[in-house]
Amino acid sequence: MFALIPLFPLLGAAVNGLVGIRWFSKRAVGLTAVGAAGLSFAASVAAFAGLLRSAEPVLVKTLFTWVPASPIRTAGGTTVPFALDLAFRYDSLAAVMTLVVTGVGLLIHIYSVGYMSHDRGYARFFAYLNLFTFAMLVLVLGANLAVMFIGWEGVGLCSYLLIGFWFTKDSAADAGKKAFITNRVGDFGFLLGTGLLLFALGTIDIAGITAAAEGGMLAKGTATAAALLLFLGATGKSAQIPLYTWLPDAMEGPTPVSALIHAATMVTAGVYMVARLHALFSLSGTAMTVVALTGAFTAVYAATMGFVQTDIKRVLAYSTISQIGYMFIGLGVGAYAAGIFHLVTHAFFKSLLFLAAGSVIHALSGEQDMRRMGGLRRRIPRTYFVFLVGALAISGLPGLSGFFSKDEILASAFASGNTLVWGLGLAGSAMTAFYMFRLIFLTFFGEERFSGETAGHLHESPPVMLVPLQVLALLAVVGGYVGLPHILGGGAWFGRFLETSTGAHESHLAAGTEILLMAASVAAAAVAIFAAWTIYVRRKGEPARRFAERFRALHRTVARKYYVDEAYARIFVGGVLVAARVADWIDRRVIDGLVDGAAALARGVSRLSILFDEGVVDGAVNGVGRVHLAASSLLRRLQTGFVYNYALAVVLGAALVITLVIVVL
Amino acid sequence: MIPIEAVIGFGLIVFTIGLAGVLVRKNLVIMLMSLELLLNGVNIILAGLGRHLNSPRGSIFALFVIINAVSEAAVGFALVLAYFRHRKSYDTDSLNELKG
Repeated sequence: MFALIPLFPLLGAAVNGLVGIRWFSKRAVGLTAVGAAGLSFAASVAAFAGLLRSAEPVLVKTLFTWVPASPIRTAGGTTVPFALDLAFRYDSLAAVMTLVVTGVGLLIHIYSVGYMSHDRGYARFFAYLNLFTFAMLVLVLGANLAVMFIGWEGVGLCSYLLIGFWFTKDSAADAGKKAFITNRVGDFGFLLGTGLLLFALGTIDIAGITAAAEGGMLAKGTATAAALLLFLGATGKSAQIPLYTWLPDAMEGPTPVSALIHAATMVTAGVYMVARLHALFSLSGTAMTVVALTGAFTAVYAATMGFVQTDIKRVLAYSTISQIGYMFIGLGVGAYAAGIFHLVTHAFFKSLLFLAAGSVIHALSGEQDMRRMGGLRRRIPRTYFVFLVGALAISGLPGLSGFFSKDEILASAFASGNTLVWGLGLAGSAMTAFYMFRLIFLTFFGEERFSGETAGHLHESPPVMLVPLQVLALLAVVGGYVGLPHILGGGAWFGRFLETSTGAHESHLAAGTEILLMAASVAAAAVAIFAAWTIYVRRKGEPARRFAERFRALHRTVARKYYVDEAYARIFVGGVLVAARVADWIDRRVIDGLVDGAAALARGVSRLSILFDEGVVDGAVNGVGRVHLAASSLLRRLQTGFVYNYALAVVLGAALVITLVIVVL
Repeated sequence: MIPIEAVIGFGLIVFTIGLAGVLVRKNLVIMLMSLELLLNGVNIILAGLGRHLNSPRGSIFALFVIINAVSEAAVGFALVLAYFRHRKSYDTDSLNELKG
């Protein structure tokens, strides 16, 4: 049953990409794509219902044998049979992921029907979008790291194609390449990690790795190395320090792409992968600490850049990086279910925010700069409302989804005893609230800073875009209740559901402490929102300008993204250039020198050969000719040409013969 | 009965006259005529020896030679005629294109 889930988007992509791109009307293209996403979602729901009824916690469906069993020698010196199936694995974690991917994906497909309606590459867009959905589903359903890697690369490819969707624009084409190349660095780590596990265990099945890790068959050092390599892959895909730089640039893609790929699904692949291999990561305390610290630092670091961005989508991009940092905090302190919980709620409210930002951009005829927005609250009230819901959810307003998931992560971090991670998380939470409301106040409040012409075109988005927004807003509000903690009277159902695939996680916190932690983060968010209101509404942004002027160097550093792009360009791109120059020098001087030397040698040898040829060979040939000439000039005297001379010769010859005959006989 | 020595001697005389004619004369017609003398000298000896040995072979062989001589004379005079038309001369001294 669950094997059908990825089939529909693949078919949709094939139909739209091969047939629809030339012969379908826009309506038929939209119906095909949305239909494929819808059928896939229906299949996910059906598979989920089946899993709830099933006694088995893990269902595996093998499509075919990929690599037939063959013996390989592992690191331990033992020879084990290694076989690889193209197989899908469906358990509670995969169920959650498929529901999010297909559910949010369906809403974004519907939204795109409206958002992309004026675009010439309509069919191409939907073919890519369906192909992405397919690849993402293969990634979350893969039963071994190889199948997972197919999906992992597939989403990377689709991400590249969709970021560079408007490829005639240089910046979009460059952003696509940047995303792809940065991801390659991470993918390399993923591959190395996979190879290390294969070498150490002789298997790359999720089940096999989990069993080996839990059975103590994996040395601690090996586990640390493998986990860190795989985590490098996760930092690439999920845009964490140090491989985060591609995500803000990825905003060159169409907004639905930013919502689906660069907020809700693909960028959470790293989180999913770590949760999937939780048994491996749990073995290594070092790896866990690295995961948690990377998440915590990224959460705060990305948030600071959110303060100064003026592009509405880039603020959301940094927010995404920061929120994924939270997910890694959850994973890093062992609260895998909490990380996945945040992944789900984040998928709801962040895709809501992106799509609502898209609605704003659509209303303003493509304007993305917040300095030319303002006062939109009255112009597009419905978009404003859903945007506000999303912002409140991400800021952690009690009762909304972000509150539950974020607080579960912060509570788990506190319980783990790593107060640095917890402190960074809390600070990041306050910063999130601040930059989100800075965005809201700049966009929807204050005076209108756009041109009169833009104001003339200003319009609320059509229902095909608004309805998905409203559905997502509803999910952003109620989505958190599936994981309502015990302390608030819930059953933490989400965590218990995931226990079969990510293991149990007990946090040992007194009820009072937990309430206190919640109060702290809510208070921090409230203070941040109030500060944003004071600065950007009551004082009209004056304090922010003064601050930027007072600390000009600091402001510029942050606004230029801490010069990380420049540093990477200097170190890695520059390094490659230097290496290329060295190679060029070697090529010109050494290799060309050798080639030229060989050519000169050949020329010298051939010059000798010419001498020999002309002197000896030609001399012999000419000599033969000359000898013949000399001999023949002597013999020609005999040929007088007179008949009687010849007749005389005949007679003399005859006389000679006769004489000889007579004498001899 | 003519003695055989006389017949052979006469044949040799005719042959020698023919040989001298071929070797010394420079007129093509004369040279061809001398060639006939050569052949006829031989014919006399053949016929005479046949008679002497009481065998018809000598006369038969002489007949063959006469037929050959007729053919040779026909072809030879045709060549001489063609040469004369070409050069207006019978002189063999001008006939030296084969000179090396």
